[in-house]
Amino acid sequence: MSISADAESALQTDPLVNLQDVWVSYDDRWVLKSIYLTCHAGEILGVVGPNGGGKSTLLKVILGLLTPDKGSVTLFGRKPDKVSRMRVGYLPQISLADRSFPVRVKDVVMMGLYHKMGLFTRFRRAHEEAALSQLDRVGMADHAERQFGVLSGGQQQRVNIARALVADPRLLILDEPSTGVDSVAQDEFYELLARLRDEKGLSVIMVSHDIGVITTHADQVACLNRQIHYHGDPTGYLQPEIRDQFLGRDLKVMVHDAHCISCRMRHMDHD
Amino acid sequence: MIDLLQHQFMQNALIAGVMLSIVLAVVSFFVVLRRYAFIGVGIAHSAFGGVAIGSLLGIPPILAAIVFAGIVANAISFVSKQKRIGVDTAIGIFFSLAMAIGVICIGLSDVYNTDLFGYLFGNILAISRWDLAIIAGLGGAILLSVFLFFKELLFIAFDPEVALVSGMPVTFLDHFFLTILAITIVISIKITGIILVSALLVIPGAAATQIFNHYSRIIVASIVIALFSTVGGLVISCYLNIASGATIVVLASIVFFISFAIGKIRKH
Ligand SMILES: Nc1ncnc2c1ncn2[C@@H]1O[C@H](COP(=O)(O)OP(=O)(O)OP(=O)(O)O)[C@@H](O)[C@H]1O
Ligand SMILES: [Mg+2]
Repeated sequence: MSISADAESALQTDPLVNLQDVWVSYDDRWVLKSIYLTCHAGEILGVVGPNGGGKSTLLKVILGLLTPDKGSVTLFGRKPDKVSRMRVGYLPQISLADRSFPVRVKDVVMMGLYHKMGLFTRFRRAHEEAALSQLDRVGMADHAERQFGVLSGGQQQRVNIARALVADPRLLILDEPSTGVDSVAQDEFYELLARLRDEKGLSVIMVSHDIGVITTHADQVACLNRQIHYHGDPTGYLQPEIRDQFLGRDLKVMVHDAHCISCRMRHMDHD
Repeated sequence: MIDLLQHQFMQNALIAGVMLSIVLAVVSFFVVLRRYAFIGVGIAHSAFGGVAIGSLLGIPPILAAIVFAGIVANAISFVSKQKRIGVDTAIGIFFSLAMAIGVICIGLSDVYNTDLFGYLFGNILAISRWDLAIIAGLGGAILLSVFLFFKELLFIAFDPEVALVSGMPVTFLDHFFLTILAITIVISIKITGIILVSALLVIPGAAATQIFNHYSRIIVASIVIALFSTVGGLVISCYLNIASGATIVVLASIVFFISFAIGKIRKH
């Protein structure tokens, strides 16, 4: 019927994530001011900005870990804490795990499946296989039986990525996913994200300090320094006017391509 | 050993010791994982306040202690989540407050010193069939709930934020575990006493962690260590006629140092 067709098309065009005039403060200081942000299905949104610009805070607001002082946040069209969070994979900026925590690598990945299993259930063979195939995707299958804590920082990060992916989420929220990950693995990871986006309509919101990564892999970019200074196509934010508004010294370019900002700036210095 | 077992009190003490060892060992795994050792000390001391209130009001001391210790355990956790209050500060405050309430209530009631000494240091002569029933019932319930919520408790200990994002009832389970911890402590008091019970909440899990790297082995080893220390301590203390709670703790500590040495050797 036409109503359900309308509902369906509305589902497709409504953003998965929608922030309207969101304000957040810590200790009477505004960290996020009047944020408007959307992310649609099948879109990779890159968030860039200086240290302390509020990027991690923004992700926590989207996830419902933090309630904003003002404004509305919707995730899948509902309040974040009402959403079955099951469809969201999250990779925090700093993992809190300590080195001696008594779990194997594959146990960590299986944690990403706990909510799918529900309370009171035990692991089954299928869960373990899902974890192993996810580890394979991030090139960590050989380490499945090792203790998680003995891995290197970059290896742990790859395992955390596998955990975020294992439950087959519709939205991935990644806070600096490439921290410590070598460039070969990074390339593979971003290719994987693009493939999941194209095949399954996965949406990704990802914070990065790597301008090259954002310009190459993101469909949309948001530049955040307390406020959103730019939200749009990745090529647009390299315009000097926009860049000057938000740019922090911490923006490093690791991939030198046509958009390499520090090269352009050096070029301008000589002018 | 045979002649010891002919005494009813010794039979009761051993049965209680075996049941409690299993419960303490399993809970101990999470206490070590979550660094709750000092919270355990705080809860145990607040149980003293509960016992004293119970005797003053004529409520069964164990029941009063469970309620009071449960409230204090959750209050510690709640207060420590506020800004500017560390967990150690919260424990420091509640632990002494509960003791102070206990001392006042003891002064007002007519508890005998021998009873008091029993609560503080354990009294295996005083374990009745009724106590055994309580330990079996509550201990069984604790083991069952840890079994049912095991993967959730593990995830929350590993990374509470990601656990919350994936939809786990983190706050509920935190308070649930603290309540379990309080009950475990109170039902163990007759064996080791308030002063020493926290040792058995820490040592089995800590010793097992020295040797093994995976949670399933750690839990099994923790149970073995707790059983060995408790049964061994009870038997030795009866033969030598020394304080049983203290003997258990000394034995457990020896096992810990041996495990520590084994762990060091294995890692080289
Ligand atoms: N829990 C907190 N309590 C008080 N202030 C906080 C808290 N978390 C963050 N802030 C403040 O909020 C601001 C934004 O922090 P946030 O972590 O969101 O920045 P970020 O953009 O992720 O930075 P980075 O690039 O370093 O990760 C900072 O000034 C920080 O000091
Ligand atoms: Mg951050």
